[in-house]
Formats: sequence, structure tokens, C-alpha cells
Amino acid sequence: MTGAHAADSLAPLGAEPGSRAPDGGGESPGDQPPVGDAPVVLRFAPLPEHVRTARLVAVALARRVGVEDGLLDEVRLAVGEACSRAVGLHRSAAPHVPVVVHLKDGRERFGVEVVDAVSGGPVPKPEDENAADRLVGDGGFGDEGGADGADMGLAVLRGLVDDLEVELTSGGGVIRMGWPVAASRWGG
Amino acid sequence: MDLNLSTRHEGDRTVIEVGGEIDVYTAPKLREQLVDLVNQGRYHLVVDMEAVDFLDSTGLGVLVGGLKRVRAHDGSLRLVCTQERILKIFRITGLTKVFPIHTTVEDAIAATD
Repeated sequence: MTGAHAADSLAPLGAEPGSRAPDGGGESPGDQPPVGDAPVVLRFAPLPEHVRTARLVAVALARRVGVEDGLLDEVRLAVGEACSRAVGLHRSAAPHVPVVVHLKDGRERFGVEVVDAVSGGPVPKPEDENAADRLVGDGGFGDEGGADGADMGLAVLRGLVDDLEVELTSGGGVIRMGWPVAASRWGG
Repeated sequence: MDLNLSTRHEGDRTVIEVGGEIDVYTAPKLREQLVDLVNQGRYHLVVDMEAVDFLDSTGLGVLVGGLKRVRAHDGSLRLVCTQERILKIFRITGLTKVFPIHTTVEDAIAATD
């Protein structure tokens, strides 16, 4: 992981540059969650080689907090897609701005947020029956990357993850995903 | 895990065995291989994905790009894959309608358009 400034390492996690303010931001130290419930935050330069690291960390944490083994492949692919999309967007428009990933190990849900500072625009609809045909048509999806690749990443996410929220604005975007945590993990 | 590639020719067919992870970092290596083969006049490609551990939309994009290139020469690009977790990605994106997907390399080699 690269791209962090020394001063940033001393800042509260919720104050990570490029990230959105956390819910209830600005609370006093006494309101902070217990250390064990604090999110893991990855902050990395938008380089393709870091996406695999983000996948590995996400799956390791998902496994540790009790996400079912059968869902770990989904976590791996979804986090990879979201990070690949963010990296692609940053490389084209904001190569010096880091991608930020929040990993939240709640009692009922393992949540992941991938924050980018670039996106905006239309979100493809997975139910489009002619989408695949258009993909291989002239000027469609291919191996040159760009917006089509980012949109395909979103299409994969929408088809893959049930608990998915995509927030796109003119100034950036957040992809929020979640997977259930087995109750036995917490003794329930 | 990195991406491993090996190729062999079976008549006018070329089999590309792919192993490891195809993602945003490794996909350019596969794209380069497919482009090289087309530039060498190999227009009927069989991509054996049985040893692929991970595939994302970047990898799909490379395969679609390869398909476009061989189609420009009236060629073909067939996939060999029986892994459910990989097939799921093709189904999600509707690309099962675009790529012929076979269960064995022998079937893919024997298939005709």
C-alpha cells in the first residue's frame, strides 16, 4: 500500500482523505467504537497491483468475522471489481488521489465501502437483454479499459451482490456492499 | 498468484492454457498473448480456463477484445471451463451467449462454426 502521507497516519480513520465522513462523524473520543469494532481502512495509490492486496485483506477479514465460506468467493470478486473500477477511474482522471476501502466487521453484517473521487454518469441496467450483444459490437466493451470497463465492473457487482448500494455523484462515488455474518461468530 | 500462459498449436487451432488470476494487474499479459497470436495469423483460438483461479471484468474485457480481433478475420475464440465460480461471471454478464463454452479442450478443438 502506498500513497499515504505521514501526517495522515495520525488522523482519525474517519478523516481519511478521499473518504466520506463516517456516520456520526465528529464525535468525542468517548463516543468512539471499541477498538475491536473499528473498521479496517485501506488507502492505496491507484495501481493495479494493489487490487489483489485489497482482495486478500477483505477475504481474510471476512473469514475472520464469520462470513460463510460459500460467500468468500463473492467477497473476493466483488471487492476486486469495486477496487478495479476505482483504480481505473483514478488512473484516467486522478492518478495522485488514493483509493480508500473501509472494511467494517459488524455483528450481523460484514460491510465494505470502496470510495473513489472520480466517477459519475449513468449506471448500466443488468436486466438489459441486449447488453451482451452490444458488448462485442463496434466501440463496446473490450480490452482497452475506460468507462465501458468501469460500467462492466458495476454490472458484475449488480448481478453478484444482493446487499449493494452504489452512490455516484459528480465528485466521486461510493460502492457499499455487505454480507451476513454467521451468528455463531458472536456466540449467538 | 500470478498469471501463467502456455500455447500449443493443434492444426489451425491454437490452445492457450491459462492458469492463476486474471485481473486488472495480470490481464494485459493475456491481452498481449492474444494480440500476438492474431498478428501471427492464428485466428482460431481455444482458451483453456480450467486452471484459472480468479477472473474479473477486466479479464472478460480481454477475452471480448480477443473475440473481436479473431472475428475480424472470420476466426473463432472458444473457451474451456467447468468451474462454476468462473462460469457464474459469464452468466451474470450475459457473455454465455457470446462465447462458445466447452467442457474439454478436445471438444473445443473439434467444434466448427
